[in-house]
Amino acid sequence: MSAPVKPNPTMPWIWAWRDPHPGAGKGGRGPGRGRRSSPMTWRWSDRLVLASAWAIGALLCVVAAAIVLYIGVRGIQYLSPSLIFSRPQASTDQAGSGGFLDPLFGTVLLTLIGLVISLPLGVASAVWIAEYGQGGRARQALARVIESSIEIVAGTPDVVLAIFGLAVFQLSPLAFLSFRAEGGGVFGRSFIAAGAIMSLLALPSIYAATRDGLQSVPSQMREAAFALGKTRITTIRRVLIPNVTSNIATGATLGISRIIGSTAIVLILLGSTLRTETVGSVPVIGLLRGTGSTLTSYVYENSAAGEGGAPQKAFAAAFVLLVFVLALNLLVEWIGRSQERASGVNAVGAAVGAVV
Amino acid sequence: MSVAMERLRKPWPDVRADRALGGAAALVGVGIVVMVAFVADHSWPIFQHNGLSWLLGGGDFQTEVARMNAATVHPTAIDYQLRAWPLIYGTLLCSGLAVVFGLVIAVLSSIFIVELAPPRVSRTVIRVVRLLASVPSVIYGLIGITVLVPFVGNHIITRHEKESVQNVIQLTGAGLIVTVVLLTVMITPIMVALICEAMSSVPPSWREGAVALGLNPLRAVRAVTLKAIRPAIVAAAVLAAARAIGEAIMISMVSGGKTFSPNPADGIVFVFEPLRTLASTIVDYREGLGSAPLAAAIYSFALLLLFAAFVLSVGGYLVKLPLRKYQTRG
Repeated sequence: MSAPVKPNPTMPWIWAWRDPHPGAGKGGRGPGRGRRSSPMTWRWSDRLVLASAWAIGALLCVVAAAIVLYIGVRGIQYLSPSLIFSRPQASTDQAGSGGFLDPLFGTVLLTLIGLVISLPLGVASAVWIAEYGQGGRARQALARVIESSIEIVAGTPDVVLAIFGLAVFQLSPLAFLSFRAEGGGVFGRSFIAAGAIMSLLALPSIYAATRDGLQSVPSQMREAAFALGKTRITTIRRVLIPNVTSNIATGATLGISRIIGSTAIVLILLGSTLRTETVGSVPVIGLLRGTGSTLTSYVYENSAAGEGGAPQKAFAAAFVLLVFVLALNLLVEWIGRSQERASGVNAVGAAVGAVV
Repeated sequence: MSVAMERLRKPWPDVRADRALGGAAALVGVGIVVMVAFVADHSWPIFQHNGLSWLLGGGDFQTEVARMNAATVHPTAIDYQLRAWPLIYGTLLCSGLAVVFGLVIAVLSSIFIVELAPPRVSRTVIRVVRLLASVPSVIYGLIGITVLVPFVGNHIITRHEKESVQNVIQLTGAGLIVTVVLLTVMITPIMVALICEAMSSVPPSWREGAVALGLNPLRAVRAVTLKAIRPAIVAAAVLAAARAIGEAIMISMVSGGKTFSPNPADGIVFVFEPLRTLASTIVDYREGLGSAPLAAAIYSFALLLLFAAFVLSVGGYLVKLPLRKYQTRG
């Protein structure tokens, strides 16, 4: 989502008929005590619009509450510790098909791989574009190309990214990264393949958040660092990056919530196998080359859309997924609030820290 | 080795930092170009054998897919035959309807959030909108398939309506209406975010001027604020449409999974008819990529989606340009 929308800090002006500043008229400042417009005197069509705006606002809350409550109730009804801590089993019977430990692990692993790739790339591109991309025509042209290509990724549906990933990881030079069939056919499906494509999901939000943060750092801070003889890169490392960490954190959190919510990439690029399967015997590399599933694909496969037909387990997994999403939402809000509280103070502190 | 580590640890000269960061940024750019090239390359056989007419109607998608699946290792020209109009129509239909409904909801709720609601309420609604935007599509799909589809199938569609089309298609509840409802819920938050942002950047003095001229506050919002942010509203619709055409999982779960074009001429039954979109087809046939013609067809759908998303995001950018004069961010 784009920049946070700030609610009107004062009493919304449309409520003026309620006299938001009692006694304000007496001192001659603020709204006077004149005749105010009351909805009772409006035309019926205006009153209809007013009523429907309130109704829609309420409707949004009701829809969100319904989704959270429904998944919450069903989730708590069907979720049990044994589901979370047991591995899925191949079984026609729901009682014997185990839990979703492997999908949970897959979600965490994919998020980690995605972040490990997208965080350095996103931050580096944002820093280069904000700090180096302005001098000279050639740089500006390159900066524009990079910016627009990141925008293209941001607008690309995740199925398309998944299909693209399949095309790339089926290339024979990259075949060592994924599972290889008996006849030498390359499947192009593995944790590393899915994670690499997942990083494209997280990249735009990390990039945009970092760039916005850098652009809002006042230029005096850079100038102060330069005046003290700091090079550009030292300024970036000691002044700018510490200043925008909360922006980077926000971007990364938004990226994580896109990663854990993506189903298509898992279905197409991770194989959506029942269990986490490793390839080869080397511990970590075998896992990265292996296939698996995540919570999203577990929900998909166990719903009536997949072959599982185990809606109870789908609900339990969806509940865990929704808890993750809610937690990430709260995290974004918390980061934003602490940034707001610290802004100004933090900026000066970082500048001083860099000088010392 | 240790010399290299030492060089890395010491403060970098600016030139090297510039090159390293610029290299990373360029890598991102190159990666995206490669992506477009790859998808285009893989879909080439479809263009080679059908020209651009695969975008048109006239064929039966189900038969074509069956033929593609049955193709041998050396497919012939007939195996590549494709007419994808039913999918394109399905995509346009459900995205278009969702954008229209979503736009009305988004404009009204933005007025509510920015102008009407007391600050505490509006903060809550913003949180709610953000939550709706971040719920994964598979959860919407799960709710659709377990709650909405059976409900529509059992209680909304009458037996008479089911019988009226039983020779053509079976109405189970999975179809246009559930798809559009869920898609609307999914894309409205994007529009609300963009419209709210634009709305709160309109100088309050403009509306106050309108109120001073005798308009009631709501009229002032309509006459001044909404008029000023018209480009932002169009841009929001365009960007939401880009999201809607790319939605795959939820649609593949609730749209019925049959290649069928809902026909408005069928009357009310139209809204219950199943459909299939480009993106949901990719998910539905994800196991069929072993067959070269089917893989080419799927890549050509991906290319079309990529192209559409690109056109829409450029369109959204161009539409928003006039807003620059109010110093709103693009």
